[in-house]
Formats: sequence, structure tokens, C-alpha cells
Amino acid sequence: MRADAPKRAADYAPLAFPALMLTVFFVVPFGIMVMVSFFQRQPGGFYTPDFVFSSYERFLTAFFGGVLGFSLGLAALVSVICVAVGFPFAYELARTRRRVQVAWLVALLAVLSLSEVIIGFAWSTLLSRTAGISNLLVWLGLMERPTALTPNFGAVLTGMVYQAFPYTVLVLYPAMARLDPTLMEASRTLGAHPLRAFLTVVVPALRNTILATFIMVFVFALGSYLLPQLLGRPQHWTLSVLITDQAVYQSNLPFAAAMAVFLVLVTLSLVGLALLVGRKESAA
Amino acid sequence: MSGKLFRRVLFTLVALFLAAPLIVIAGVSVNAQRTLVFPPAGFSVRWYGEIFTDAAWRGALTASVAVAALSAALAVAIAFPLSWFLWRRYAPWARVFQMLGTAPFILPPVITALGFLTFWTTVGAYGQPWTVVVAHGIFFVTLPLVTLSLGFASIDRALVEAAATMGADDRTILRTIVFPLIRPYIVSGFAFAFVLSLNEYIVAYMTVGFTLETLPIKIFNSLRYGYTPTMAAVSILFVAVAALIFGLIARFGDLPKLLGAWSSRD
Repeated sequence: MRADAPKRAADYAPLAFPALMLTVFFVVPFGIMVMVSFFQRQPGGFYTPDFVFSSYERFLTAFFGGVLGFSLGLAALVSVICVAVGFPFAYELARTRRRVQVAWLVALLAVLSLSEVIIGFAWSTLLSRTAGISNLLVWLGLMERPTALTPNFGAVLTGMVYQAFPYTVLVLYPAMARLDPTLMEASRTLGAHPLRAFLTVVVPALRNTILATFIMVFVFALGSYLLPQLLGRPQHWTLSVLITDQAVYQSNLPFAAAMAVFLVLVTLSLVGLALLVGRKESAA
Repeated sequence: MSGKLFRRVLFTLVALFLAAPLIVIAGVSVNAQRTLVFPPAGFSVRWYGEIFTDAAWRGALTASVAVAALSAALAVAIAFPLSWFLWRRYAPWARVFQMLGTAPFILPPVITALGFLTFWTTVGAYGQPWTVVVAHGIFFVTLPLVTLSLGFASIDRALVEAAATMGADDRTILRTIVFPLIRPYIVSGFAFAFVLSLNEYIVAYMTVGFTLETLPIKIFNSLRYGYTPTMAAVSILFVAVAALIFGLIARFGDLPKLLGAWSSRD
């Protein structure tokens, strides 16, 4: 049976509830948020309807420029590490026995679903003085006495890589599973070393997939808001942290909304780019 | 270095990296004293008991499970008719709703959280416990949408064709053919949304953070007063529940296929 065009009003019935819910509870809140970003803030946490750009102008200060630059740099660094390790990992994963694959997928999903609160708590414990990895190093005789390895930039980076790595593998996995195995076999038959075959055959064949994955992981890492707080110092705060801070603690909803709108624009243009790059691959 | 050895080394390193924080957390969760030391001093499982006996932790657990179950049900209730319509009818413009359902999941979560905060404040429902159910239902609608569109794609249209030829209307087709075939995809979509809702912090915090404590909110709030073995026990419980649910999906369904890989030849 082919899908046929809806003819009577009754044919549209299944669409009613989903369309209503998504419009009322996603499109409308989003629209309100954009509107609020142009409102005039009053002292005391209130705001009045208006059309001013004062919230957007606050971006142009050096402080927010710094935060934005740091957020983008951190997300980029996380993505580079995740893709660099995740790419060969996903490739090998797609080539193991099915039973092993499924076990790994379950483990990756379990870690991916973990709350950022739990990841932050777990890593700060692992990097702490009393229960941390430094105790192991002392025991091995590599260190004098246990020390705390948090809060610092390395801790934030580690936590965010931990959070984004399973996501990276799961984004790469479908492409790896579909990769034609004869490509590798052919190059091996012609006498190429496995590493060389991987670098000269697999990587170029999936160049666009790598780029699209990098962008998706970048967007994912931009969303991290608790790990910079739990594992870092205030200078490691990202745009997501600032949005929460302005909305909840400073009661400055117009400014939070303006930053959110900006973040949406950045994200959407990146996702659009990823889709474009990914489409090229399937067309090629 | 041979390919086999490379694979083994890489898998081991990744496994260590992923397991390390969980091993430490599991270790500190069985400390006999209320301290976080690793290796644990003494052995006790009382902190696991405290999750269920301590009123505050039990309340947070109940709230989390209730929110997760209701919002996952809502996500499926939105995703099912939408995927059915998109499969049954040729209406390219209706894909807009599918994109709307995917958007919250792709954007940084803080955006959805702030959108709902402004919305509930505007309509005057800020802080009501049910608002988080609606917010999570919309936020996680992507997951059942993905599993259900895969499910519908796997249904042989000839079956439906045959039923229609015999005079079955849409409702009968849905009840007797489509629903039994699509049920596993409904269950896995629900399960994915349930697990993620259980763990979600920022949307829950910005909608009902000051009136209702879900488990992630409770852990975060307790962090300020110092780390306790109970938090570690809750975290381990979360990992175990997630692994169990995804394990069940893998056991009774085709996990690689659900994650977008074509069913490989065994």
C-alpha cells in the first residue's frame, strides 16, 4: 500500500494532538523567549514589554566576548579529542562480533544517559584527595602524598570528554556499520599495512562523516552547563552556565533570553552545516 | 602492531576510561563510615538502604520515577499518531512537525529549559509539579519519534494492502496489524525517554527546581553540604537501572538497528 495524500478532514485526525502539543509547548515558548529578549529589564527582577536591544548590547562587552570565546574553544577541543579517539574506536566496534558490539552499545548508552550531576560528582570524587587517583599514584610510589586534581581546566576537559565520548561513538556507529568491508579487503590484498589501509582508504571515504560528527559533538559539548561548575573555577564557566546564572540567580530573564537566542543561532547554523556536509557524502 | 592487538589495546583503554569514575563511586558507596574514601574503609550496604528509608531521598526517587513514567508516556502519545500519519499519508509539509520534535534534542538543553521557564512564568503556572512532565514529554519526544519511524519503515505495506482489499478501515488496520508489529518500537521509545528523563537536570531544575526535588536536583543540592556515600549509592543505582533497561532492549530487540545501523548478518 502506498502512502496516499489525505483527502478528507478526518484523514488529518491523527495529526491533531501532536501538532497541538508541539505548537503550544515548543513553538510558543520559543517565540515568547525571543520576545522577552527584546524586553526592557526593570530593577528587582521584573521586565516590561518593549523593543530594545539593550540585552544584546551587553554581549559586546569584553567579558562576554571572553566567555563566548572560551565556550567555543572548549567545545572544539572536546570534539577534537572525542572524534580522534572515537573514530578508530567506532570503526573497530562495528567490526567485532555482534555479541561484543551489543554489550558495548549497552555500556555506551548507560554512560550517555547519566545525569551531568552524576558525571560531575563521579569525576570530582575520582580526582579528589581522599578517594582519588592520586592515592593510586602514591601507592605506586610515583607521588609523595595525595593531592586534589580539581578544580582546574584539565578536570573540566576530562569530564566533558567523558560525557561526549559515548555520544560521538553512537553518532559514528551507523556510518561505520554501513562501510563497505571490501574496501579494506581490497587494499589489504594489494599489500597495504592495516594502519596505512585505514588512513588511506577508510578515513578519506568517511571524510564528510568525520566533519559532520565533529560539528554534532561540538554542539553537544556547547550544551554542557554543570561540569564547568562542578569541576572548574568561575573562569571556566561557559555560555550555558551564564544563561542559567542570569535566568535563575540574577533574575535577568531578558538578558538570559538574548544569550539563548544567540546560542540557538550558532547551533542552528552549525547543524545546518552538518546536514549539508553529511548529505554530500551520501550523494557522492 | 597487528590489527587484533590494536583493537584489544584501544578497547581496554576506553573501557578503563569509562569505568574508572564508576569503580571509584561504587567503592565509596560501600564505606562503613559517612566518609568518601577509596579504597573503602570497611564494608556496608546501608547507604543503598538509605535511598529507600530516608524520607528525603525516597521522596526524590518517587518524584523522579513518576515524572519519568508520565513524561515518557506523553512523549509516546505525541510521537505515535505523528509517525503513523507520516507513514500512512503522503504529506511532505507534515515533516515540519517531525523537525519540531527533533529540535529540542539537538539544541543545547539550556535553551529548552529557558524556553519553558519563560513560558510557565508567562502563563502563571511556574512551579506546578505537572509542568515538568509536559516539558520532559516535549524535550524527549525525539526518542520515540526515531524508534517509531524505524518501526513503521520495517512494516511490509503489502500486509496493510491486503487488509484494505478485504475491506478493513484504518482503525481496524491499526488495531490488528500495525499495533502488534510496532509494539516493540513503542516500548523501546518509551524506555529511552524514561531513562533520560530520570537523569535530566536542567529542564527539571528550571521548571520545578524550587518546588519539586527529582533525584538529580537533590544530588546537586546536597553537593553543597559535602559529598556523602548515599549520593554514590544513588549514582550506582542509576547506572544499574540504565544498563538493565538498555540490556533488556538489546535482549528482546535489535539494538544496532535501533541505533541506525543496518541489521548485520550474524
